[in-house]
Amino acid sequence: MKEASPAKAYALHLGVIALLFGLSFVLPEYHHGLLARIMVLAVFAMGYNMLFGYVGLLSLGHAMFFSAGLYGAGLAVIHLGWSVPAAFAAGLACGTLLALAIGMLALRTSGVAFMIVTMMFAQVFYLIILYFASRTGGDQGLVVPQSARVLVVGGTSLGLTDPTVRYMSALALFSIVLLVTLAIVRSRYGRVLVAIRENEERTKMLGYDTFSNKLAAVVVSGTVCAASGAAYALLFGYVGSTFASVQYSILPLLWVLLGGAATTLGPLIGTLFMYYVVDVTSGYTSAYLLIVGIALILLVLFFPRGILGTIRQRWLGWLP
Amino acid sequence: MTDKNGFFDLSRTGLTRRTALKGLAAGAGLAVAPGFVRYSQAQSSAPIKIGFQSHRTGIGAAYGRWYERTTAAAVKAINDAGGINGRPVEVIIEDDGTDPGRGAEVVGKFATQHKTDIVYGTLFSHVVIGSAPAAGEAKMPYFVVSEGHHVASTKLNRYVFQPGITDVKSQIQAMAPWIAANAGKKVTQIFPDFAFGYDHRDYLPPALKAQGAEVIAQIAIPPTESSFTKYFPQIPAETEVIYHVMVGPAVLTFVKELGEFYGSNRPQLFGFIDSLEATDINSPGLEFLDGSHFWEGSPRYAQPDDSAAQKAYRAAVGIDDNGAAVGDPKDVSTAAHMFGCWETLYVVKKAMEDAGYKGPEDRAKLVEATEALTEFAEGPEHPQGPKTFNGKIHQCFGIQNISKVEGGRLNVVHKTKIEDGLYEPEGDYTTQAL
Repeated sequence: MKEASPAKAYALHLGVIALLFGLSFVLPEYHHGLLARIMVLAVFAMGYNMLFGYVGLLSLGHAMFFSAGLYGAGLAVIHLGWSVPAAFAAGLACGTLLALAIGMLALRTSGVAFMIVTMMFAQVFYLIILYFASRTGGDQGLVVPQSARVLVVGGTSLGLTDPTVRYMSALALFSIVLLVTLAIVRSRYGRVLVAIRENEERTKMLGYDTFSNKLAAVVVSGTVCAASGAAYALLFGYVGSTFASVQYSILPLLWVLLGGAATTLGPLIGTLFMYYVVDVTSGYTSAYLLIVGIALILLVLFFPRGILGTIRQRWLGWLP
Repeated sequence: MTDKNGFFDLSRTGLTRRTALKGLAAGAGLAVAPGFVRYSQAQSSAPIKIGFQSHRTGIGAAYGRWYERTTAAAVKAINDAGGINGRPVEVIIEDDGTDPGRGAEVVGKFATQHKTDIVYGTLFSHVVIGSAPAAGEAKMPYFVVSEGHHVASTKLNRYVFQPGITDVKSQIQAMAPWIAANAGKKVTQIFPDFAFGYDHRDYLPPALKAQGAEVIAQIAIPPTESSFTKYFPQIPAETEVIYHVMVGPAVLTFVKELGEFYGSNRPQLFGFIDSLEATDINSPGLEFLDGSHFWEGSPRYAQPDDSAAQKAYRAAVGIDDNGAAVGDPKDVSTAAHMFGCWETLYVVKKAMEDAGYKGPEDRAKLVEATEALTEFAEGPEHPQGPKTFNGKIHQCFGIQNISKVEGGRLNVVHKTKIEDGLYEPEGDYTTQAL
């Protein structure tokens, strides 16, 4: 992989952010709303990519981090009446603490065992949500009241249900996470993560504490996923156990694989692609998941590294 | 009915364009007659667009299929009779995947892309609860056929209504007098360990207590369970009635294992047909249910005393005397619930006509007109039976059926009264701003 100059990489990312900002003013209403949702879920995918793409740890349990943020923020509003920023912080804190605890346990394993252990922990988390149904709403879930989803900035109240506010909030979160991801990837720490992915034994031999570095990556990944979950609860007003089910652990994996693992913009591309394939094909047939499946097979055949991964491999080697 | 991108498909309904035009012309003729002045203002050739959020895929697909058929039949009947306010009804279907996240997206799609007048659908509670915020934010009237208590709990918002099917709290409460008087006083409940089961867990004991009976044990079975034998020793020996509401694919195993556990000497069994909707009651393994009783919203099997309206409804939807699709006896319907689609669409028609509904700018008027409704008389528009409607909690109340499994069919042995299912309102949506 060629090394991009920092200016080139940052210019590309800022350009993407500017494009998303500009789209807010030209997109039709429906696509405007859908893109807000996609940006929030792309953050989930970026969190997943941090661990899967850069450290090479394939987790099948990231739904628990997303839902830790979702419930952390949602329940703080519903049961404690917390403000939006405080609830968002609560969601982040839940994700961080959960990721720290899960990381310390799950990182004792690797490979297939890591997949199974993370999936089992996620299943435990899912069943805990069902078990405490009186507080969590169980499988039915809970509505975060519209009246509580208001962000007060300098005396001005911004309703998060307003399409523009929602879009810009999603964009702000997406932009921060994208730039932080880029900074991490380009940092010394990011290179250590890639080194671990490529050859952990050798990285250890070079004197790096791989466990600590991997644990930090799990925590960052879990926190970013929780940020996505917290934003989802506050922007879209619903928390439910479906988001903790195994389906929502598989989805970010698919998004990242589609867009390109270990590419900073791949998660956005993958999420966007998957969403629109489902949205368009479901208009023509109830067997749209079959079409999604075929699309995935074709992508694996012709774009084995995902969309951006393949583009980087063949044409734009400097892509971060 | 078409899919999302088209109009109601006239070719599939036997309704030709010429007939439709004649109907519209007749409607226009009526509109100039005295008494129709109010409707004349709403005359427009544009169809009223109803966004139908359907469980086409996912766990609710069997319900979705039958909800679509019932909806198609109701829309055809409404259009044949001149539509709503003289305008034809067009249904646009989107699949919610029985997923709350997708459900909310679909509501958004109806509001902002299809620009439907209302959204209507769907069954599973988590999809309704997940979609409700999107409906409230878009100020989109959202008429559901879910039977969950979530609408009546007043925890959703002013735009969500359930006027075509009773809620589960009301259903459970209405069962208690019959159970206590006919089945037994000592009841053991077996229910799935999630929300649908919790409704039964929470609402049955007080309802039975009021009738001088009691729940002596509650056995919650985790949703992941596939074998049930280990739970049966928890059933107290003095149990007179087992009240079961197991749902999902495991129900056949549940019944079979319960039969093996008890043999021929069993307590009375009472269940909710939700367990066996779209499932043939004569499926192998269900023999043990012979002689047991079930709640049914609307009877699956044709009954000797079926009203003319009930017969016409069944014929229109296309179900035979056994509650299966005409021409395909294996395609068993979800008869206990799907009537709610038919009745909801007629409530929408009534409310739109009361409101003089012309377009999306009248959605608030439509909400108020729906809230002003109080009674629905039994008849072609409400074939399941008469209902009352509480505009404060956006919920209807109606009769329930208790049916006995006899000779491989379900025979209605008791119909409850509307009053049996009434309860104190838990809130008031009308205090919320529109």
